[in-house]
Amino acid sequence: MSYVAFADRDHELDHHDPDTFLTKYVWSQDHKVIAIQYSLTAIVVGLIALGLSVMMRLQLGFPNEFSYINPENYYQFVTMHGVIMVIYLLTALLLGGFGNYLIPLMCGARDMVFPFLNMLSYWTYLVSVLILIASFFVDGGSTGAGWTLYPPQAISPGTPGVDLGIILMLASLAVFIVAFTMGGLNYVTTILQARCKGMTLMRMPLSVWGIFVATVLGLLAFPALLVSAIMMLFDKTLMTSFFMPAVSSMGVDPGYSGGSPILFQHLFWFFGHPEVYIVALPAFGVVSDVLSTHARKNIFGYRMMVWAIIMIGGLSFIVWAHHMYVSGMNPYFGFFFATTTLIIAVPTAIKVYNWVLTLWQGNIHLRTPMLFSIGFIFTFIHGGLTGLFLGNVTIDLPLSDTYFVVAHFHMVMGVSPVLVVYGAIYHWWPKITGKMYNETLGKLHFWTTFFGAYAVYLPMHYLGFAGVPRRYFSMGNTDFLPESAQDLNAVITISAIFLALAQLLFFANAIWSLVRGPKSDPNPWSATSLEWLTPDHPPKHGNWGHELPEVHRWAYDYSVPGYEDDFIPQNVSADKAPKGEGH
Amino acid sequence: MTIALVFLALILATLLGWLLKQTFNAAPWEMEAVGDTAHHGPLGGTGNKSKLIALLTFLAVVTSFFALILSAYALRMELGDWIPLTEPQLLWVNTIMLIVASIVFQWTRNAAVNDQQSRLKLGMIITGVLTWGFLIGQFIAWQQLQNLGQFVSSNPSNAFFYFLTGAHAIHILGGLYVWAKATSKIISSARSIDDTCRSIELCTIYWHFLLIVWLIIFGLMLST
Repeated sequence: MSYVAFADRDHELDHHDPDTFLTKYVWSQDHKVIAIQYSLTAIVVGLIALGLSVMMRLQLGFPNEFSYINPENYYQFVTMHGVIMVIYLLTALLLGGFGNYLIPLMCGARDMVFPFLNMLSYWTYLVSVLILIASFFVDGGSTGAGWTLYPPQAISPGTPGVDLGIILMLASLAVFIVAFTMGGLNYVTTILQARCKGMTLMRMPLSVWGIFVATVLGLLAFPALLVSAIMMLFDKTLMTSFFMPAVSSMGVDPGYSGGSPILFQHLFWFFGHPEVYIVALPAFGVVSDVLSTHARKNIFGYRMMVWAIIMIGGLSFIVWAHHMYVSGMNPYFGFFFATTTLIIAVPTAIKVYNWVLTLWQGNIHLRTPMLFSIGFIFTFIHGGLTGLFLGNVTIDLPLSDTYFVVAHFHMVMGVSPVLVVYGAIYHWWPKITGKMYNETLGKLHFWTTFFGAYAVYLPMHYLGFAGVPRRYFSMGNTDFLPESAQDLNAVITISAIFLALAQLLFFANAIWSLVRGPKSDPNPWSATSLEWLTPDHPPKHGNWGHELPEVHRWAYDYSVPGYEDDFIPQNVSADKAPKGEGH
Repeated sequence: MTIALVFLALILATLLGWLLKQTFNAAPWEMEAVGDTAHHGPLGGTGNKSKLIALLTFLAVVTSFFALILSAYALRMELGDWIPLTEPQLLWVNTIMLIVASIVFQWTRNAAVNDQQSRLKLGMIITGVLTWGFLIGQFIAWQQLQNLGQFVSSNPSNAFFYFLTGAHAIHILGGLYVWAKATSKIISSARSIDDTCRSIELCTIYWHFLLIVWLIIFGLMLST
């Protein structure tokens, strides 16, 4: 068995060191640069989506106060906010950004296995983003069909953006999937093929495990979105009837017959549910590593954590129809999907227990990344528990179209992964930039974001129970809702604006750090995993200088009894680790 | 969705089985003995192996793609307005061309592995001609259907026919791009034959795969 990885190709790599500005920062094939390109693009587009959510909140909090928000563009805001946040921000940032940055460094590889394909993946992603942005400016504006793009509404007259808007949205999704596939093939192949000597699968940090399984999910689930996008494009442009039933739209018969909107829902959620875990699993992995490092303790139940990730990944393919309890499908399906949904809570709960047990009696350092990770445990438990409510058919039916659902999914796959993303950025910031961020500003950012998020989403649960419907432009005079519901909505809106503004602290911190920040130590957190052990700081092209690292242990040797330091890096062999009094 | 789930279960079972073998009984927290580096890292690091892994992963993606279309086909077929399509007889000829192309590609691959250069050029050209023949045949079949007034929007079975054959043809075109690169290298003989051999091996797998996909699609369309 050979484990040469790319060691035997060192001479080749020496030859294509980028030397011009263009090859170094624009048409770069270096995974670290591509990771930053992916992340910056995702963050920029995410800020647009954040702006859209503020617009929505303005209307909901203070109905009809703002003349520039009408029902049409309200639905456009809802749609674009959802699609951008789930796909173009979170998927791209967690896999394209963190996946690209961390996989080669944590596995001890020089780069992705196919660097050119990796570059192509980013540029294709950028094209998909540009197509999406273009849809804001075409005649009729972007689509307002809701982020799930359900037919027949999505392509029926009367829906905003029914002409070019929906076509550009579907085209953009198709291009995104091509980009993701190129990246995904790289991530899988690199993890399987380019790990350095000694890096067995069971010595990989959990971040890599999370990204690996999420990528596999993405590769198998995104085709469902591609198929449904292509079929809907056919329905829209070629007048086929895959999804479109015979409808009379505003007195006109558009010529469809016999199609099945439920078929679209099946295809969409066959992608849509695994998508939740495509976002969640990398976050699970990253949070495990951050918690372990800053608690100076090995992750509790590593093997169980790996298998929980795998189990969640597998199970995520057989729960999709819990998004469709109200679609009118066979009730026996509801029974089946409720059962599988509750089963998936088991591996998820194992992960939560293990995070908490990792903290138990740890030497906890409450630095910014750690705060964000602990905050994630709170919001994730919160969103997970409301998920148990909605996973049951009988409870879901009355709650399905209310703000309870909005609160649930924002808590579990909005706030939670975003907290991890922030935690991860603060954690790896010194490695990426070589500079330290401002700790006080970081902590302030955490507390404002954490409380801000609760101020926005906690009241929504109550609104949901009271029966406030989601997706509505305005509630008007509704008998069963007390007037205080509107007051609460106003409070939520003010909190949301506060929360959005609080994010400026992050950008201020980043700019401060880049301009004025002190140089960071190569391994400021005394971490064990390989990315902190690069010869150059920040790592240069090729990552490892002349020799690839050799791994002798797992990534969680913190506070090992009988050793001098409270951490033993992965590349230190048993005979070289300094012995001492121990901790 | 049963069809998609069956294919998916097969893919996931393969992956799970492999992972189980890798991870079961591993005790990563235990210190290794001094000087022990017997833990195997990567599977075997050469570029060719990586390309094979990437190709197999890609085939899993394509399998998922076609399985989902077939699932949609099965679900849509149940609805009242479905009128079975009478497939053009030409598809039989196309199918035979694709089968022969696959066989010749295998023969060419064997020639490449055994370093029989003379057969290499001939094999590649025959494969290319047959595969292009298949594509042109598919296009003519489309024309025949249109002449009969069977357009894409005439019936859902038509829509699926055009969608499936089109998607399959695009995948074949992708394969032909790699085939063209390899063939031009063989004809110009400018480069070492090793590199070309590898891409021929991978192409062969891809051709066999697309043949199987086509046989499943064609079989399903004939039987419904």
